[in-house]
Amino acid sequence: MTIPARSPTQPGAAGPSRAPTGGGRRRARAWTSALPQLVALGLVFAACRLASPQFFDVRLQDGRLFGSLVDVFYRGAPVALLSIGMCVVVAARGIDLSVGTIMAIAGAVAATLVNGGLAWPLCVLAALGVGVACGLWNGVLVSVLRIQPIVATLILMVAGRGLAQLVTGGQIVTFDDRGLIGISAGTVLGLPLPVAITAAVLLGALLLLRGTALGMFLEATGANARASHYAGVDTRLVTVSTYVASGLCAAVAGLIAAGDIRGADANNAGLWLELNAILAVVVGGGSLLGGRFSLTRSVLGALIIQAMGTGILLSGFQPEFNLIVEAVVVMAVLLAQSPPAARLANFLRPRRTA
Amino acid sequence: MNTKLLLSTAVASVALLGASAHAADKMTVGFSQIGSESGWRAAETSVTKLDAKKLGVDLKFSDAQQKQENQIKAVRSFIAQGVDAIFMAPVVATGWDPVLKEAKEANIPVILLDRTIDTQDPSLYLTAVGSDTVHEGAVAGDWLVKTAAGKACNVVEIEGTVGSSPATNRKKGFADALAGHDNVKVIRSQTGDFVRAKGKEVMESFLKAENGGKAICAVYAHNDDMAVGAIQAIKDAGLKPGKDILVVSIDGVPDIFKAQMAGESNASVELTPDMAGPAFAALAAFKKDGTKPPHFIQTESKLLLPDTAKAEYEKKKDLGY
Repeated sequence: MTIPARSPTQPGAAGPSRAPTGGGRRRARAWTSALPQLVALGLVFAACRLASPQFFDVRLQDGRLFGSLVDVFYRGAPVALLSIGMCVVVAARGIDLSVGTIMAIAGAVAATLVNGGLAWPLCVLAALGVGVACGLWNGVLVSVLRIQPIVATLILMVAGRGLAQLVTGGQIVTFDDRGLIGISAGTVLGLPLPVAITAAVLLGALLLLRGTALGMFLEATGANARASHYAGVDTRLVTVSTYVASGLCAAVAGLIAAGDIRGADANNAGLWLELNAILAVVVGGGSLLGGRFSLTRSVLGALIIQAMGTGILLSGFQPEFNLIVEAVVVMAVLLAQSPPAARLANFLRPRRTA
Repeated sequence: MNTKLLLSTAVASVALLGASAHAADKMTVGFSQIGSESGWRAAETSVTKLDAKKLGVDLKFSDAQQKQENQIKAVRSFIAQGVDAIFMAPVVATGWDPVLKEAKEANIPVILLDRTIDTQDPSLYLTAVGSDTVHEGAVAGDWLVKTAAGKACNVVEIEGTVGSSPATNRKKGFADALAGHDNVKVIRSQTGDFVRAKGKEVMESFLKAENGGKAICAVYAHNDDMAVGAIQAIKDAGLKPGKDILVVSIDGVPDIFKAQMAGESNASVELTPDMAGPAFAALAAFKKDGTKPPHFIQTESKLLLPDTAKAEYEKKKDLGY
């Protein structure tokens, strides 16, 4: 949650309304801005602990951390990656419905190629290339052909799954290649590799967007594209890049999902995960109207969603309750962030005497 | 003289009968398939084509791509072509009466495969061939009760999609089989949506919730794909699937036979893709002397154990699963 602060004129994580202040206070502001998400995550973790006393137990199993808490981060990694990409797209006032499908295509391509005898690093590159190509397609539809984002990405969401099925021939393509499985099963200092990858992507994106002026271009494009254009921002390039970033994140998530089951399941890989990613961004306080975004809070949102899922599985509830519990928690987080709730909190806050 | 004439007429008529019987063998059957949404469905299509080839039946195949209007069109075109019979795997249960009446008026028998339909008039189709999903669950349950042999056994269950009829029925059949055997108990049950990744995730949480899996004696998955996911989760937890935790599931897809060969799956109840076999048999009997088959032909839910895994794998690996 450290926001690299270089110049005082840059917008920080707290949104466009924040005043330029010193680094220390900026950091403090960033923490308080993520407070609703951190509290929600803490509450969900506490509920998980109630449901399962061993929730926080972590041990080493075959050189890999093993425990429910690790599961939350490991299982949450694909949606967290998607939410990073989605967050960037949403910041520029777009939306990407095709990320779940891109996951399926990337997994299908990697699995089919590796079974065809290609070395796994090349398969990974090919899958990432496919992600970039899908992102370019979306970006061109949106920014050059001026199709509304929700419609433009819907095209790939629907057609892409067919494409993935064509690649796999409609079957689950299983593979035994150690390298490709390692993307999901590997470890870094005992940490599952997907968690490390997600952390690295988050860090990289933060450095890129908050350490340079790119984040400001993004917010400017999202807030008012025409004004930004007149101000000299290449909004078209910004928009295309957001979709490419999102496609790339989705391809990485697809590789993780395929490695997880040691196979590419074109029908089910990433199914409906685009909705979870959008939810993560919204739970993270992002505005679907663009111009306001926080990568860290989006990832926290993804973790909240996953922690709920893991908690429900541990609780032994009837499966019929899963979706209702999730909906209630999400609604609570969103209500806590709503303007009336903020006014209420402001009203109740003890005031310092000046 | 008279006897000679009689004899020759008899010979001639026998020859004619033989010829007509031979012509009946060269039947034309129209088959309207739902689509190819799952590996099992693809396998059903290829098995039906193989059966037809073996029996020397001219099979006219039509893929409805999950749309009822395509299926109705296909049936109409089969009627227009004057086929001898129509096989149909109906995509939905309702709305078939008008087109099936047309088939009936044209005197073309219709046999439903794998799924049945809702209709007021049961004479609209000759018979329906399908699997009893409650029975499938019961076969899995019976196997587990027998294998536990009186010893205490805690079972975790990975269900199919909530509310889908195979999930509901496979759960019920399994529970029925366990009734009266208090040593075998389902301690946890969650949905894995019939998907491999979800099966793995659900099993991971079961293992953690039940003391690292030490309290679990068996896992029952409503389909093989989820079982394959569960097997990986058990391995990740440092336990041996098939030994430390028994694995029983339903469907009989090639990947589960691979797991059986590796000693990681103990039993799978087959949902046979050969729905057409019994249908062709019933049709042949009906065409020969008008024998009416029962209104529902239940396919066998065979229990497949590791000893036959290699043969089953060889048999099924190229069917399109």
